[in-house]
Amino acid sequence: MHELGIVFYIIRDVKQAAKENGVEHVSAVVMNIGEVSTIVPEYLTDCWRWAADKEDMLRGCELKIETVPAVTHCDNCSSDYPTVKHGKTCPHCGSTRTWLLSGREVEIKQIEVKT
Amino acid sequence: MRLNKNTIFVTLMDEVKVIEIKKSIFENNDRDADLLRAELKSRGVYLLNLMSAPGSGKTTTLIQTINRLKDKIRIAVMEADIDSDVDAVKIKSATGIPSIQLHTGGMCHLDAEMTRQGLDNTPLDDVDLVILENVGNLVCPAEFDTGAVRNAMILSVPEGHDKPLKYPLMFSVCDVVVINKMDVMPYFDFDLDKCKEYIKMRNPKATVIPVCAKTGEGIDAFADWLLGQVREWKK
Repeated sequence: MHELGIVFYIIRDVKQAAKENGVEHVSAVVMNIGEVSTIVPEYLTDCWRWAADKEDMLRGCELKIETVPAVTHCDNCSSDYPTVKHGKTCPHCGSTRTWLLSGREVEIKQIEVKT
Repeated sequence: MRLNKNTIFVTLMDEVKVIEIKKSIFENNDRDADLLRAELKSRGVYLLNLMSAPGSGKTTTLIQTINRLKDKIRIAVMEADIDSDVDAVKIKSATGIPSIQLHTGGMCHLDAEMTRQGLDNTPLDDVDLVILENVGNLVCPAEFDTGAVRNAMILSVPEGHDKPLKYPLMFSVCDVVVINKMDVMPYFDFDLDKCKEYIKMRNPKATVIPVCAKTGEGIDAFADWLLGQVREWKK
């Protein structure tokens, strides 16, 4: 249940950001989650509901997830291609000299506060 | 409203105020880990983060390795588990070196802060090498930098040679991969060459060391690698 651990980190950072901005209650948290971040969005929102409702500041707070596509760059032919479909091997030239450009994000994009 | 550099006030619409954060949840941990590494360097302590799936033989491999090294360098072990202290007790009784048990409280990995708390309970002034035995898990520990100098993992033969394909991140963050339980090779369809090839795909610089912790075969190679690492770090 690796998503629960991740939820605890999100809660810690959201509470800190809310405190720094003088916010008493957060109504929504928007996350950027990379396609190959190993996080299952459904599990994350389930864990979030359970854990967030235990915090006064986050009771009823919604977790919104925006998916960041995974893109791999090929050093051999300088092209970018979708990671999930093609993996480590470049579909254009067959090279494995490739690296992940984006898709591992586990980032708090923003928090929303009802005024 | 007070704003700091991490939080930029963006829009005001439909009575909902949006505060932009744009912060990776790993950011704090990465910073803590770098700080910890720098501190360990100045104190001359080498921290190895040892990871693997449950049941790959981490504790047995450690006992064999420690018994080969304990007359040459001073070693301590931190055992991280969700619960129980069986591993810490086993290490202590089999090697006689200081061993402490960390409980992650349900978390599936250790982060830099938990590692620091463990180190606070370790006699660092009397130690050259601390081995952190992470929670048995190939997913989460790979994502959290513990502050260790190097990451090592143990892959055992029954798990199959295609594991580097299934857990790409774990294999890409490890500097050394120990392949354990080589004695049971005849009973499994494990292809060592294929396994090495897959590991190199994830991390071309990874060192691969086949061992059998039960018979002790190959352990010298791992112990030598580790001793070299510790001596280099203390220079």
